[in-house]
Amino acid sequence: MTALITGSSERVTGTRLLRREDPKLLTGEAKFIDDITQQDVLYMALLRSPMAHARIDSVDTSAAMKMPGVVAVFSGADLKGDWVAPMPCAWPVTADMKNPPHYPLAADVVNYVGDAVAVVLASDKLSAIDATERIVVKYESLPVVLDLQDAASDRVLVHPDLGTNTSFVWEVTPDKAKVDHAFATAVHVVKSRYIQQRLIPSAMEPRGVLVVPQPYGGDYTVFSSTQIPHILKVMLSLTVGISETKLRVIAPSVGGAFGSKLNIYSEEVLALTLARKLHRPIRWTEERSENAQATIHGRGQLQDIDIAADENGKILAVRVNVLADMGGYLQLLTPGVPLLGGFLYHGLYDVPAYSFTCTGVFTNKTPTDAYRGAGRPEATFAIERSIDRLARKIGVDPAEIRRRNFIPAEKFPYASAPGLVFDSGNYLPNLEKALEMVGYPEIRSEQMKRRSGGSKKHLGVGLSCYVEMCGLAPSKVLGSLRYAAGGWESATVRILPTSKVQVVTGTAPHGQGHETSWSMIVSDRLGIAPDDVEVLHSDTSIAPYGLDTYGSRSLSVGGSAVFMATEKVLGKARQIAAHKLEASADDLDYKDGSFCVKGSPDKAVALSTIAFEAFTGHDLPEGVEPNLEATVTWDPPNFTFPFGTHIAVVEIDEDTGATELLRYVAVDDVGNQINPMIVEGQIHGGIAQGVAQALFEEAVYDGSGNLLNPTFTDYLVPSAAEYPSFELGSTVTPSPTNPLGVKGVGEAGCIASPPAVINAVVDALSDFGVEHVDMPASPEKIWTAIQSFRRSR
Amino acid sequence: MQITTIVNGRSYTKDVEPRTLLVQYIRDVLGLTGTNVGCDTSSCGACTVLLNGESVKSCTVLAVQVNGQELTTIEGMATDSGLHPIQKAFQENHGLQCGYCTPGMVMAAASFLNENPNPTEREVREALEGNLCRCTGYHNIIKSVLAAANAMEGAM
Repeated sequence: MTALITGSSERVTGTRLLRREDPKLLTGEAKFIDDITQQDVLYMALLRSPMAHARIDSVDTSAAMKMPGVVAVFSGADLKGDWVAPMPCAWPVTADMKNPPHYPLAADVVNYVGDAVAVVLASDKLSAIDATERIVVKYESLPVVLDLQDAASDRVLVHPDLGTNTSFVWEVTPDKAKVDHAFATAVHVVKSRYIQQRLIPSAMEPRGVLVVPQPYGGDYTVFSSTQIPHILKVMLSLTVGISETKLRVIAPSVGGAFGSKLNIYSEEVLALTLARKLHRPIRWTEERSENAQATIHGRGQLQDIDIAADENGKILAVRVNVLADMGGYLQLLTPGVPLLGGFLYHGLYDVPAYSFTCTGVFTNKTPTDAYRGAGRPEATFAIERSIDRLARKIGVDPAEIRRRNFIPAEKFPYASAPGLVFDSGNYLPNLEKALEMVGYPEIRSEQMKRRSGGSKKHLGVGLSCYVEMCGLAPSKVLGSLRYAAGGWESATVRILPTSKVQVVTGTAPHGQGHETSWSMIVSDRLGIAPDDVEVLHSDTSIAPYGLDTYGSRSLSVGGSAVFMATEKVLGKARQIAAHKLEASADDLDYKDGSFCVKGSPDKAVALSTIAFEAFTGHDLPEGVEPNLEATVTWDPPNFTFPFGTHIAVVEIDEDTGATELLRYVAVDDVGNQINPMIVEGQIHGGIAQGVAQALFEEAVYDGSGNLLNPTFTDYLVPSAAEYPSFELGSTVTPSPTNPLGVKGVGEAGCIASPPAVINAVVDALSDFGVEHVDMPASPEKIWTAIQSFRRSR
Repeated sequence: MQITTIVNGRSYTKDVEPRTLLVQYIRDVLGLTGTNVGCDTSSCGACTVLLNGESVKSCTVLAVQVNGQELTTIEGMATDSGLHPIQKAFQENHGLQCGYCTPGMVMAAASFLNENPNPTEREVREALEGNLCRCTGYHNIIKSVLAAANAMEGAM
């Protein structure tokens, strides 16, 4: 399909409707977690381990207890009986996966710097923090393991009880003989090793939680800066042992997340546990430096990728081995992150033979988990860097090698070697559009001119073509991958007595503008103004069912559910209209808020009349219930597979090694666009985060496992000064797997951009014989590469 | 100690501890929670407010230092006739997503446009260097500030 069904003569979807979310955010009226006031609240502060690996000999809380304002202090041992299950991991990727139980407070052993060992509750925040400094913990230090290969060797064990640091080995190799044969007979083999450095997600709002108990009713309201209020409610019930009927979870305005708030955190479990124990409201607000250690990290992989190709550069096989850093423990989705990339290492190329193996290992570092893109940026980086190397090896242009390998448009839906079915795609026109936008031949000639003129400012241009799988997801597929939850989404649409519309969605937006986009979908279908559509979300009492917002799923799954619920409620309205008009329901047209008999526009009844009729129930057809309300739970039949081409143009100063990003062109195909303004905003943000991985960001540890850059003064989240304006274009290849024809967009920019930038950096340095620069491509690394080339001459 | 401040045109006299930061005073004492805190090293700019018309990061100033002075926070920008032109430009150009950095961005932009009413794109980028955003990639923030500059110049 290419167009949405609409009941409106003036289409709202596809327009740049301004966001209804904005006024409250622009005036300070929005309530983020820390803006919610609460009487009689106790502030929680955590004492965190300064050791990466140590046995806890003793915890003395007596001095802390005597500090002014302090109400209670607990060690991990004190609270051992207060939870019914360990912290949850919802993705046991193999049947024999090793998952050492861990609890909100470590009681015996700490496994990374930042692991919480004790908690203070006080009448104000500063008193709570001050008192943590009076807790005396005696540690017996244990050897640490930080490097991935060292961890895989089991020289030092993070969890000695397991007998190994390997949590799991997960493989997708449909036909090993085919892969071996391809490598044995290939004309060209390109073998590469890439490092996906650890990243700190750095949402601008740190995390926070507020639990308000109602001591006499036994209910608890949990406010959390989370992107998963629904999943959090289920998991809190399972870990703390409070009936789900007694829990209400609310995500207030959430200041960014990027996967870092897609988790069940110790502080959430602790706050609820302590609210139950002390019968008092409990509040915790994360400090920024705490965020760098106690909130999950992203990436952390060592990738070995081999590609086999024939004499023309046609890729015959891809073989990948990944070592993935789990950190000290498994968090909610930690083991599943590399798997999300595990199907995509052949990129958007038609590759017949495929092998992927991932080994997940424990280290004495902060746990990793989903960070924007989760597995797919890593896969895209590996194949897009490798195909550039192949191009250079056989002497063809990077654009040409991609043309030779693209899955042809006529092969869609495309059954990939690792076992996915790509829904739709048309890659070649997308690439050509991006090349045209950037002025590819002109840039190449400028590059040649500079080279022949002996310029010290080297120009580089880097291509990255990507396809990703998102829109999590068909529940059956998730089940087959051993993911513990489903992938459906729920929506309720109510046409109220005054014909205003109330939408309840199970998605949990935190900047993506769902209120605006969902209202547009309903507005178009019902032929009413978007302002007449209210969108409710992120409160489990209002939206009891939902699977929240992550994995670029909300529009394709949640938005589709909204569309289908609208369709369903309109079907009921049609029955009432038919009764009113004494006509057959099939004989009615619906347009701009009225039903009329086909061919007789004067025989019409307005939706507003029907809405009131449904409310009074005075004159409804036989068997039709009062009120206009419908709920749909939509389980998609497939993922969606957005794709695109990103091109970076960089300039490198050979004297300083500094890279300047001169231009950035992105042509993305995310299917139909409900609100192009919001789509572009998502892509802008993704590009910026990916460029940050390529050039600036890395969580750096010393040899003892201390994070050396836990603040924004030393962890380089880039500012506006580090970027150019981005040049965006799009192609539209609708997805056939959902009624809106949409694909995900939230992670696309972040998936595409790191290899575009590094390909550009390597291209700029090709005169210096540089074949690869690890991320982040800092001036120091580049300068060193140039110097070592000079020394070798 | 006791301090008196004029905040968004209104006078407040309050007791504060010597160690209270200006941002804590604004948020916790005055209850103006539109000003956000994003870091603890004066790096992110989320807490930017105007002190006597000039932008400051309110986490780098002690409350006692602003005794007798005038402050404007994000709550003081819109009037009965609607959003401030900078706020309006941010909405019209999709200059915000999650909105957490937004109050600080708007205040930093207000101070900057006061100094330089006709900036180039590069000047806006350099001027907002002290304000971090993780959602927008800055593209639409820059566009918003340039649009606000145009709109405000037209109004003058």
